[in-house]
Order: sequence, then C-alpha cells, then structure tokens
Amino acid sequence: MIPFAFLQPTSVDDALAAWTPGAAWLGGGTNLVDLMKTGGGQPSLLIDLSRLPGLRDIEMSDDGGARVGALVSNADLADHPAFAARFPMVAEALLAGASGQIRNAATVAGNILQYPRDAFFKHLGEDPLDGDTTSLSILGANGPVAVHPSDFCVPLAALDAVVEVQGPNGPRDIALADLLAPTADTRTALAPGELVLALRLPAEGATFAGHARYLKVRDRTSFAFALTSAAAALRFDGPRIAEARLALGAVAPTPWRVAEAEALMAGQAPDADLFERAAQTALSGAVAIGDTGWKIELARRTAIRALTLAAAHTPARLPALPGSPFAAQAKDHAHA
Amino acid sequence: MSFSLTLTLNGAQRDIVLDDPRVTLLDLLRDRIGLPGTKKGCDRGQCGACTVLLNGKRVNACLALAVTLDGAEITTIEGLADGDTLHPVQDAFIEADGFQCGYCTPGQIMSAVGLIAEGRAGDDPERIREGMSGNICRCAAYHGITKAVQEATRRMDAATKGDAA
Repeated sequence: MIPFAFLQPTSVDDALAAWTPGAAWLGGGTNLVDLMKTGGGQPSLLIDLSRLPGLRDIEMSDDGGARVGALVSNADLADHPAFAARFPMVAEALLAGASGQIRNAATVAGNILQYPRDAFFKHLGEDPLDGDTTSLSILGANGPVAVHPSDFCVPLAALDAVVEVQGPNGPRDIALADLLAPTADTRTALAPGELVLALRLPAEGATFAGHARYLKVRDRTSFAFALTSAAAALRFDGPRIAEARLALGAVAPTPWRVAEAEALMAGQAPDADLFERAAQTALSGAVAIGDTGWKIELARRTAIRALTLAAAHTPARLPALPGSPFAAQAKDHAHA
Repeated sequence: MSFSLTLTLNGAQRDIVLDDPRVTLLDLLRDRIGLPGTKKGCDRGQCGACTVLLNGKRVNACLALAVTLDGAEITTIEGLADGDTLHPVQDAFIEADGFQCGYCTPGQIMSAVGLIAEGRAGDDPERIREGMSGNICRCAAYHGITKAVQEATRRMDAATKGDAA
C-alpha cells in the first residue's frame, strides 16, 4: 500500500467537507483495502465512514418497502427477518455472495459500489483477453469490459431499488440502474465527492415475495464470483403471471434487465416455452468476446432455471446452499 | 502523524499508538502485540487463516485497518480457552481430527465459533460446509472440520439448555 492520509469524521457534513480529489470513502474495507494492497487502488486520503451516525438502520416502511442505511453489513441485512420476508431473493443473493467473514464486514453501499475484478490488474496494463476471461461482459458494452461483480445488485435492479446520495450539491435520489450505468470514463454515476447514505426498496418489490429466487452458477459451490446469475420474480393473478421481473448478473458492466423479456411473460401461464422465450429475449444482442461464447448459453439456461424456481414458490427457509443450482439436490434437514 | 486507539483484546484493555494508518489488524496482532496465533495466509480475505472475532463477529483481520477500530472488542485464538480449559470448539477439533498441519486451524476455530454464534448452520453438515467456506484448508481436513463444528454445536447447545433448566 502506498501511504495515505486518514480521517475519521463523526458527521455526514464533516465527511463531505473532508473529501478532496483522490480521496476514497472507507466502509467495511473488504473491497477497497484488498484493492489497495494490489496497487489497483491508491487513494491519497482515506475517509473512514464507520463513525457516521444513523447509517446502520434497517427501516421497514408501513407501505411495504424498506430503507437500508449505507453501513448496514451484508450479513445483518440478509439476517433481518422482516427484510428477508419481503425481499427473499435479495437475502438469497446476499448469502450467495462472498464468505461469512466478508459478509460480516462488507457494507450495503460498498457492495453496490465495489470495483470490477479487472480493477485489480488494470494498473498493470494487462490485456483483458489474456488469462482469465470469465469476468468479461457479453452484453452492454463495446469490447471486453469486466462485468459488475455483485450478486446483491442483481435482485436490487430487478426490484427498482433507489439509492440516496448526498454531495457538494445536496441530496438526491438515483435509481440503482442509473447509478451502475458506467460510461467510458466513469465507473458509476456518482459525482465526485458524493456519498451513498441509504438504499430504498419500493413497496411494489414485496408483492413478488411469494415467487422470487436468485440463482448463481459458480466455479465452486460457495465463496466464488458468479459465472452467470439471475434474479427472477413473478407475481401471479390466479394461474397466470400478472407481472414478471428478470435481471441477469455477471453478463454486463451492470445488472442486465430487458423490458421486453419481462413484458412478454405478463398475462401468460408459466411454462418452459414461455421462460425460454423470455431468456432468449433477455439475451438478444449478446456477443461473445474472446472465448466467452459459453457464457451466452449458460446465462440463457440460468435465466430459465431461475424463472422455473420462482414459479414454484419461494421456500419458507433458504436452502442450505443459497442461490446454488445444487440446492435442490442437497438434503435439507429443516424439511426432513 | 500518529493515531491512538484503545482495544479490548481478549478481555484486557490495551492502549495502542500507531505511526501508520496502513497497519492491518492482522499485522498489529502478530507483529506489534506479539500474538502470532492469528495466521497470515493470503492477506487478501480469501483464505480465512486470519479470522478473529470483532465485536463478537468473525471477520478477516487482514482486511481491517487497525486505525479504524478504536473501542472495538477483539477475540483471537489466544483468548478462547479459559486457563487450561479449552473452548468446546477447540476440544472438538482435537477429537474430530479437524486439522493436519495446523496452519489454518486458528482461523478455522475462530470462524466456527463465529458461525455457531450466528446460529445459521445448526448441526446440518451442508449448512456447516457452506458457513465455513471462507476458510481454506490446504491439507483438506474438511471432513474432520465439519464433524468438529457439528459436535461442538451440539455440545454448546446442550450446555445452554442445561444452564436454562
């Protein structure tokens, strides 16, 4: 790590005032400290947010939504019974990510703003097509770009999550999907010096609670990044789907949602043919870069399977292996 | 510039002065306080050898900057036993042969203590394996590790129920 100055403000105002170009906000440190060790992140000033008040609350709103403070840990959010009941696929995605140790330290805001995996090597000037290409996008970018690595953000995008930020020009709300829409020059839509204060899930998201799943395919069953993933949520009106949500993970620099893929499921009975058409539509435009052709087919199958799991029902208790395609095969003693 | 902080380390209060904000909790414990039980494996949060309890929760000490931890309560492997009486998880690791070379063992044991406190896994081996996936064992003693966590969970559960009765 190169040397840096360190500040530990005790109010949001002081934190915002402390920011200068080259500064970085420090949350749980699981992403940033790791990045600083490789040289991929070299902040001149680290502003530790751990003493800021009021950013660790989980508020379940009366209308059915939720507001989650930026510094709530990934574990505390996944384990919050009321939150997990309203937004089960968000809890499943959180528990499918990282390890128990990382989830205890990693924050909600840090997860959303985490760096793509190529950030660890970019400063070395390596060609992204050399070596491991599993983290390259197949959608939404020209040329090889690293995918957004978060599991959490995939169901958040599907449920129209909103992020509350505050900066030199005051507070504003920004849709998660817009926040994570990178351009050629910027990784996120945060302006310099802006700080994430909270995440909001609209009440409508909770109407999918009975049929909402996150599915994640990995090189190994636990503690690995997604090769492909999908968040699928259905709301039924009798035997037919009233509304569907589908977001794909690990295929683009941002969670990938296609309005036409969701719309074609509305009013239809859930069956394999419908889910195949939805998955096909969600992946239209996918392009293999280098040797990533396998990813298109794997993403298609992941989407179909996530929709099929969602159509069945949300399990009363999360499977022993959250988000895993092997979860159904694993013996679940809770139901034995 | 120097930074002052106070930690409660294995039950005892310690005042610490850091000359550099780059010091991780792991390096503070091993190199500056002289508690080498917490191991350095990958130093990147991937292997779990450095697992300690921070305010009762298991974390990777290699990814925590010590300077951020003023007022925190830290438990390391050195603080787990009560005098000569081992912690039930330590006992269970010995009985179930939960290690070979032993390098990852302090991290495995601290992670198991954290997992049991989380109440996430119970004595279900699949949930234990999932819950322990942040700890890598290069000798692959996973069978014994899972058995040890399972057995320790049962004993600690029984002890809690005994206390309540």
